[in-house]
Amino acid sequence: MNATSAEQASAPVTEDALRSVLAGERPSSPGPVLTSLTFGWRALLKIKHVPEQLVDVTMFPIMFTLMFTYLLGGALAGSTQEYLQFLLPGILVQANVMITMNTGITLNTDIQKGVFDRFRSLPVWRPSPLVGALLGDVMRYSIGSAIVITLGLVLGFRPEGGAVGVVLSVVLLLVFSFCLSWLWTMLSLILRTPNSVAGVSMMVMFPLTFVSNIFVDPKTMPGWMQAVVEVNPITHLATVVRGLMHGSVPAGEIGWVLASSVLLVAVFGPITMVLYRNKK
Amino acid sequence: MGKFAIETRGLKKSFGKTHAVAGVDLAVSAGGVYGVLGPNGAGKTTTIRMLATLLRPDAGEAQVLGYDVVRDARSVRSRVGLTGQFASVDEDLTGAENLLLLARLLGYSRRRGRERAADLLDAFGLAEAADRQVKKYSGGMRRRIDIAASLVVTPELIFLDEPTAGLDPRSRNQVWEIVRGMVAEGTTVLLTTQYLDEADQLADRIAVIDRGKVIAEGSSGQLKASVGAGSLHVRLRAPEQRAEAERVLAGVLEVPAEPSADPAALSARISGPERVARSLAELSRSGIDVTEFALGQPSLDQVFLALTGHAAEETPKEDAT
Repeated sequence: MNATSAEQASAPVTEDALRSVLAGERPSSPGPVLTSLTFGWRALLKIKHVPEQLVDVTMFPIMFTLMFTYLLGGALAGSTQEYLQFLLPGILVQANVMITMNTGITLNTDIQKGVFDRFRSLPVWRPSPLVGALLGDVMRYSIGSAIVITLGLVLGFRPEGGAVGVVLSVVLLLVFSFCLSWLWTMLSLILRTPNSVAGVSMMVMFPLTFVSNIFVDPKTMPGWMQAVVEVNPITHLATVVRGLMHGSVPAGEIGWVLASSVLLVAVFGPITMVLYRNKK
Repeated sequence: MGKFAIETRGLKKSFGKTHAVAGVDLAVSAGGVYGVLGPNGAGKTTTIRMLATLLRPDAGEAQVLGYDVVRDARSVRSRVGLTGQFASVDEDLTGAENLLLLARLLGYSRRRGRERAADLLDAFGLAEAADRQVKKYSGGMRRRIDIAASLVVTPELIFLDEPTAGLDPRSRNQVWEIVRGMVAEGTTVLLTTQYLDEADQLADRIAVIDRGKVIAEGSSGQLKASVGAGSLHVRLRAPEQRAEAERVLAGVLEVPAEPSADPAALSARISGPERVARSLAELSRSGIDVTEFALGQPSLDQVFLALTGHAAEETPKEDAT
């Protein structure tokens, strides 16, 4: 209703105005960093206009932290307080990794709506819409992390590594999440609908986060499963985050996490770009 | 730059077993409006997507403003604008934010970008809606912001894919005014449409596409001449006079008149409007009362029927994603 009344009120296109806008300047093309940051700005604007999309970074981690602490804490570690010291860094990892899924869903929605073709038709560095979207997502990861850590502190989590350890572990987590997101950008260019992207992501995500050392020490698992847990990059990430938060610096494990981050981008980045270039 | 704004030779694209574009040759001169006319699924959108570098042709060559769409894709991108169902703006952002986003991506400073966005919104009558999310725009406003978005940097050539599909007559006229304004400023416009009267109103030259091929090309006058100027429809007061009216019309128009489904109506193909007045005068002299008469332009269907021998039926809709 509103829209139509405004349309009638405003004088439509005038020839003079059109002439003057068509005489506009032609600025020189900006570099890849600026265009990526500009696309990141778009992601932040979307958070501003559609704050509902933050449900997964707020409710999800809160739910998981409360559920697992009080459901399993007593049985697994003797007391919820003790289990929280073990679980919280792991839940932080799981929350972040789960949030990365959103990247693929958002991208697929853009493709459906035709926004992506507009971006693809621009004379800008080709990966910048993707890199920008992922930079915007880093904001979401930070919000999610802040919520989990705050909730943990309220519930009685006491990181022996202090603020420095916590901040370092979060930084590492953001790096890994950014790199993992390329897996979802690839998927979103292959699958047809946002729903199927969500479905497949869940199928990858559940085993990846549960078959790890996030919830329990793998010692009680059967040997073959221990082997799986041992090669799961999420296990190494959880070990690093746990270590840093509790004051130890597992240098080898940090190397492992950084190496798998690089590997994720090196494999899924180029595949994503090829798919992006040849998207129908 | 060569003589043509767009030149293609044997352009082809298939999706699986569907030959969406099956060898399109186009030569579009710079300046003016070039219309690509065809039904849904004829290959119009696929052709434009290839010309706008969004889709890689399977075979053939295409030059846009003198640049190869595959080898010099970036040069093409920096010179053309694109508007259509497949190149849209972000519905979650406001009109002003969308234009500022594009202005920033195209190299404007924050301040100049804001000014540019405001100028464009003004020029397109969207100033009042500047800070409203695009998803709350009406259909006409939506189409105008889409077009404004492709003019953030003035393009030498703009692709408009069915710019008036689904618009009410008033909004459609506004889009037509915009197109004429752009042409007056020297921009070349390539537009696709399903409506013959739209092509007729705007385009200097028209290519008719069917099943991925150009089946006719020329000015709208030339196309119509190939189909006949249209038809005369007459409705009589007394149905029993139809047989006589048929004879009278056939005599004046020198083509057979055909009875319509309506028992009091009949129609005849005409080659020009000159004889129409005479045929009506002749009917009244013969004592036949006419309650209605209408001159119909040939429809897209008639053009298709004349050019291809089949109606402009819906072939499987091309996938626009």
